[in-house]
This record gives sequence, C-alpha cells and structure tokens, in this order.
Amino acid sequence: MEITYAANKQKAAKKSKLFRKDGMKLLLMALPFVAIAFAFSYVPLFGWIYAFFDYRPGIPLSKSEFIGLENFTAMLSDPRMGPVLINTLALSLLSIATAPIPMLFAIMVSEVKNEWFKRIVQTTSTLPHYISWIIVYSLAFSMFSTEGAVNGILFKLGLSDTPVNVLGNYERVWTVQTLLLLWKGVGWSAIIYLAAIVSIDSEQYDAARVDGAGRLRTIWHITLPSIMPTFIVLLLLSISNLLSAGFEQYLVFSNVMVADRIEVLDLYVYRLGLVTGDYSYSTAVGIFKSVISIILLFSVNFMSKKIRGQGIV
Amino acid sequence: MSMQANAPAVRRKRPIHLKDLTFDTINYLVLALLVIVTIYPFYYIFIYSISDSIEAQKGVYLWPAGFSLEAYRTTIGLPGIADSAIVSLSRTVLGTIVTVFCCSFFAYLITKDEMPFRKYIYRFVLVTMYFNAGFIPWYLTMKAYGLQNNFLLYIIPSALSAFNVILIKTFIEQLPASLEESAKIDGAGYFKIYTSVIFPLSMPIIATIAVFAAVGQWNTWFDNFFLVENPKLQTLQLVLYNFLNQSSNLSNMTTEQLNRGDLVRTLTPQSIRMTITMLVTLPIVLVYPLLQRYFVKGIMLGAVKG
Repeated sequence: MEITYAANKQKAAKKSKLFRKDGMKLLLMALPFVAIAFAFSYVPLFGWIYAFFDYRPGIPLSKSEFIGLENFTAMLSDPRMGPVLINTLALSLLSIATAPIPMLFAIMVSEVKNEWFKRIVQTTSTLPHYISWIIVYSLAFSMFSTEGAVNGILFKLGLSDTPVNVLGNYERVWTVQTLLLLWKGVGWSAIIYLAAIVSIDSEQYDAARVDGAGRLRTIWHITLPSIMPTFIVLLLLSISNLLSAGFEQYLVFSNVMVADRIEVLDLYVYRLGLVTGDYSYSTAVGIFKSVISIILLFSVNFMSKKIRGQGIV
Repeated sequence: MSMQANAPAVRRKRPIHLKDLTFDTINYLVLALLVIVTIYPFYYIFIYSISDSIEAQKGVYLWPAGFSLEAYRTTIGLPGIADSAIVSLSRTVLGTIVTVFCCSFFAYLITKDEMPFRKYIYRFVLVTMYFNAGFIPWYLTMKAYGLQNNFLLYIIPSALSAFNVILIKTFIEQLPASLEESAKIDGAGYFKIYTSVIFPLSMPIIATIAVFAAVGQWNTWFDNFFLVENPKLQTLQLVLYNFLNQSSNLSNMTTEQLNRGDLVRTLTPQSIRMTITMLVTLPIVLVYPLLQRYFVKGIMLGAVKG
C-alpha cells in the first residue's frame, strides 16, 4: 500500500515551521480562483436588492425609491402569473411523469445479448444529449414543418393530405415539448441505471434461473428492485427543480402560435426584464422561484432522510 | 434444470423458451425503432445538404436527390459564417484550456494541508453549486463587469466549476504522496510540482473534464443570445438560430439574393439551413464516437461524487 495524501495529513501538521511562508504562498495562489467564484456566483446575489427598490435602468440604485415587498405583493394580482405557473408546473410534471422511461429503456438495453447491437443502441441514444437545443430545433423543424419530412412521408403513404404543423400546434404543445425532451434525454438518463444494473450480483440471476424464473420474472424480482433506490433519488431531485422548467428549450421552441402555453417562469422573467425593462419586478419573480426551489429541495431532502435514512444533497 | 448444469465447467446451452424468444424479438424491434427515431433526423439533414437543391424540394427521404456540394460552397462563403466558425472554435479551445487549468490547479492547491483556511476556501467554492442568483441579476452583473459584447464573456464566467473541482480533488487525493515528496526534495515549488507531477498523473480525470468542457463551450449560445450583439462575436449556434427564425440579415439577404438571382439559381433557403445545421452538428457527431468512453466515465464520476 502506498501512503496517500490522507495518511500524510498528520505529517504535514508537524511542519509548522514552513507553515507561515508556504501558507502565504498558497493563499496568494488560491486568491484569483476565490475571486472568480466570488465575482460570478456571489456578487450576482447582491442583485436581489433590485427587487426591493423601484429601479429603472439609467437611474442609479442609490437614487431609486425603496418599496419593500411591493413587488412581491404585486405578483398576487398579476394576471399573467397564473397561466405562467400552470405552464411551468404542467411541463415539469409531464417530464417527471416520463421519469420511468429511461429506467425501462436501460432494462431493455441490459437484456440485449448481442454486444454489437448493444453498443449501437447506447451510442445513438446518448448522442442527442450532446447537441444544443438550437440544433434540436433545427432537426425538429426539418421533420415537422409543413414541408418537412414527416408530412412528406404521411402524404406519400396516403395517410394525410393536409400538412400538420406540429411545432405551431397550440393544443398539443405540452405533449410535443415533453416528447422532444424525452428524445434528447432518454439515453443519457439511462446510463446511470445501466451502471446500477451492471453492478447487480449475477449470482442472484443464476439462482432465479435455477428456480425456473423466466426473463420477465427476473426483471420484475431482481433488476427492478435493485435500481429502485437510484430511481427514487433522481425523482426526488427532479421534484426540487419543479419551477425550473428548461429555459433554453422553451425559449427556442416558442413562437407566436404557442407562446401562451409555453411561457414558463424563466421565460416570463426574461420577457419582463429584458423586453419590457421591468428589472425590479422580474428580479422579484426570480427570487420567488429560487425561494420555492430551496424550500422544495430541503423538504425533499427531509423526506428522503425519513424514508431512506439518508439525504440526497 | 439442475445446479450442475449451470456450473461453468459444463456450460450447456439452456433450452430456449418460447417466452424468452418472444421477449427478445420484441425487445430488439423496439430498440431498433428507437435507434431509427434518434438517427433519422441527423441522417435527413445530411442527405438534404448534399442533395441537388432543386431536386430536393420534391422530397428527400432515404437517399440524396441528385448530388451537389453547391450548398456547402455557398454557405461557407456567406458573410459572417467563417467569422462565426472562428469565434465558436476559439471559445471552445480557449474556454476548455482555461477551465481545465483553473479547476485542476485550484483543486491541487486545495489538497495541500499547509493551506490556511483550507476548509473554508473549499466550502466557499463548493457552495456555488447549490445556488444561482437568477437570470436578471446574472444579466446585470455581466453588464456591470463590461462583459457585454466582449469575447471574455465566453471564457471567464465558466472558468471555475465547483463540480469539476470536487472530481479532480478526489482524484489527486488518491495519488501516492511519495511522487510529490521526491519532487519537493529536488526543490520544486508548488507550480512546478503541479505542472510536472500532478497534471500528467491526473490525465484520466482531466481528459474527461476537458471533453465535457469543450462540448459545453461549443453548444453554449445563451451568453451570446443575451449579451452579445456584435456580429463579429457571433457564435455558429446563434447564426443558425437567427437563420431559422429568419430574423437575421443573413437569411433575409439570402432570400433576397435568391429572388434576384444573385446566388446561383439552384439553391433554396432550405438547403442553406440544412447545411448550416450540418456545420454546427458535424464537430459533435465526429468526435462523439471517439470520446464515448470519457462521456460514460463522466457520468459515473458524477454519480459517485458523494
């Protein structure tokens, strides 16, 4: 066994002579990085102060009027807040409802005996995770626009004679977006389950086979229970992100036809702040979102401790 | 079946149950269908982009309609495309180098016991993973730093990621301490030890992080969208987005020129759209199979970070 860093700790503690000189050196070296963390993660937090002032671009904050919680009470009477919250919750809940699909997909992949086919499935299914939402938009546009591939194929097969506009469909926008999210993420989300399946003790399967269990029964009695803890943790984590429905996705896929049903909280904050220039109110809406997220995270963590005996954060 | 039949010494083929056969057939079919659904859009864009533009309008499904590289020739020559490609490439290369250096050097420093307030400094950076000030404060802060319309916006804010620091720190702590000791005895300073001992030894984890950082940089368009209007600093992602929304001078110009017949009459906006998409997607699709193992390793590390 090599002596590792951890074991070296006691030794280092004795070297108090070098401590001062080396300590200063180290501190100076670490300083720029601490400064970066401070500048880009902590400083923006001070921006929360805008929510409590009547801030207008161009007028410095020191000259702005302090209005306390007025922006937060204004949210209650904001007619747009209701629909936006409904959109956010609907899209989030739909994506949570599809959470078992990557798990199912992982089980299916793990049951493939042919190594070559297995690799093909894994490689292709993970690819969409590594492309930006803009590319997904371009691909979806090529597939689903009125002169896209899908309409062409349907027309050719004589299944439809009027082109369907999928991306501009007001009624189906939630379903379409959920399917797109699934298309992009299913392979990536499945990796973690596949890893869990690989680490299951193969003796269990042998024993089950000896007892005469078929494939479906081994999946039901061995595979599923083994990956359930992973599933639960991921599910709990996704609940804490309830109000953070994918900003980039909806920004890209928003258009005149579906704008009303695709505007989620993040998009609303952006529109209020940058399009109408109401920084104070949009910051307040952002704070509301952050606070709810933190509350959700802690409650989910608390629940997880109660149920599983360990937290998730 | 008896126990002995399953012993490795006498591996006898198990009789194939009809049930299992059905299961396998359905399983393979569904997975094959999923592969097609995933790959077809990429394939479609590809065959459309190398098709003859006029022929393609009649419909492209399985094979290119005719063959022409005219769309590529024209697209690469369009104003702004070459500039954007250079911006995208530079942000990817520089951003990756900066992120890898900052995260790994800081992670090394934080493993040193002689570091005063080590725990506090580490926590200070760690905590940044768990909170996010929100969109408007981010926007106003970046503006206040003068990063609007500034290439550094693509590089500096993403330089230090707490998650990467955790991964590298954990890796460095598992390295044998003796290697560093000997370098120390030779009189090497911290930076020298980092460049000659720690960095080379941490290659497995650093390669993984570099790959993720590079893909992230190539795909990021958020910062460009909100804070950079200067066409000289436009990334390829945004050029594509504007072209899709026909909100850019480029797409209007292209359409106009097509109507006037300046561009070769044999090119449609669709062809150009497909070609730009190909240009943005190609780097990812090309490096992706080569780097697959790093990606898998990356998510595994993420899973066991606790």
